[in-house]
Amino acid sequence: MARALINVPAKATRGQVIEIKTLISHPMETGYRPDYNGKLVPRDIINKFVCTYNGTEVFRADLHPAIAANPFISFYTVATESGVLTFTWTGDDGKSFVEKASITVA
Amino acid sequence: MAAAYAGEIPLSERKSGYALMSRDTQKMQDDRTANPGTLWVLEGETLWSQKAGSAAKSCAGCHGNSGSSMTGVAARYPAYNTTLRRPINLEQRINICRTERQHATAFAYESKEVLALSAFVGSQSLGRKIAPPADKRLTPFRNTGRDLFDLRQGQLNLSCAQCHNDNWSRRLSGAIIPQAHPTGYPLYRLEWQSLGSLQRRLRNCLIGMRAEPFEYGAPEYVALELYLMSRARGMRIETPAVRP
Repeated sequence: MARALINVPAKATRGQVIEIKTLISHPMETGYRPDYNGKLVPRDIINKFVCTYNGTEVFRADLHPAIAANPFISFYTVATESGVLTFTWTGDDGKSFVEKASITVA
Repeated sequence: MAAAYAGEIPLSERKSGYALMSRDTQKMQDDRTANPGTLWVLEGETLWSQKAGSAAKSCAGCHGNSGSSMTGVAARYPAYNTTLRRPINLEQRINICRTERQHATAFAYESKEVLALSAFVGSQSLGRKIAPPADKRLTPFRNTGRDLFDLRQGQLNLSCAQCHNDNWSRRLSGAIIPQAHPTGYPLYRLEWQSLGSLQRRLRNCLIGMRAEPFEYGAPEYVALELYLMSRARGMRIETPAVRP
């Protein structure tokens, strides 16, 4: 299951600095951990996170094996116009999980 | 409920583990969108309305789909089960519903599903006071729990009470010893990087004392849960809590 929680203010004034908080469920398996039989559990992490605001990239992060499970990422951006924020988490398997949130800028 | 037992923390001095943790961790618990426990609550909400087993029934089919039909339930568990003639905790109650009503296979202890469902049910009691049932049939089990709490165990020859009654707020290596009030289970422990039940926590403590842990679901654990809930009576439910 991938499940994400996004916290974006629903309304903002133009030029306002807004905080965006994201949380996604993911095991962030490091690849260094042995299972009960002593075999290494294959690495499975989210390695990239991108946020776009009406198509323009406003935040990007590379994630590494030392990051805890269920990564929580929080950042700031400037509210420029009403529209949609798109959040994309990409895993080691190349698959992406996408979540959207809309914001009204007055 | 009788007054506090001798040797117990006076009711006015009781503190949730919440009060003893850092402000950052407190903020993480309080902000629903930063609290990873919410992920399990949402998963539980999905499972709640999914049909399962040969009876093709969902939890919502009997209990309703309001998301508040289980309000107060977590505050009074473990409760006495007349068929088994012993107390059962919330996870066991969920599994009894699953095998007897849904005719499905029981979830394994600590599986994502049972944690998700108990988090969903538990979160509906958020802010409610812990209210152990006044059922007289529970008394012998509660006393067993209390005896276990006071029993010195393991190679370190420690009892629960020595840490959690006598030395709370002091440090055990780097960590602050809490009073052991189970107010927020199942809770997200940063060390586990996952949600876990009270029995997982008890297992952790037993291993730390170098005692042999009981099997998940053992009557000893349920007796301890029962005693701990009565020890925390009147305190507020925080499910899903976050702890270091």
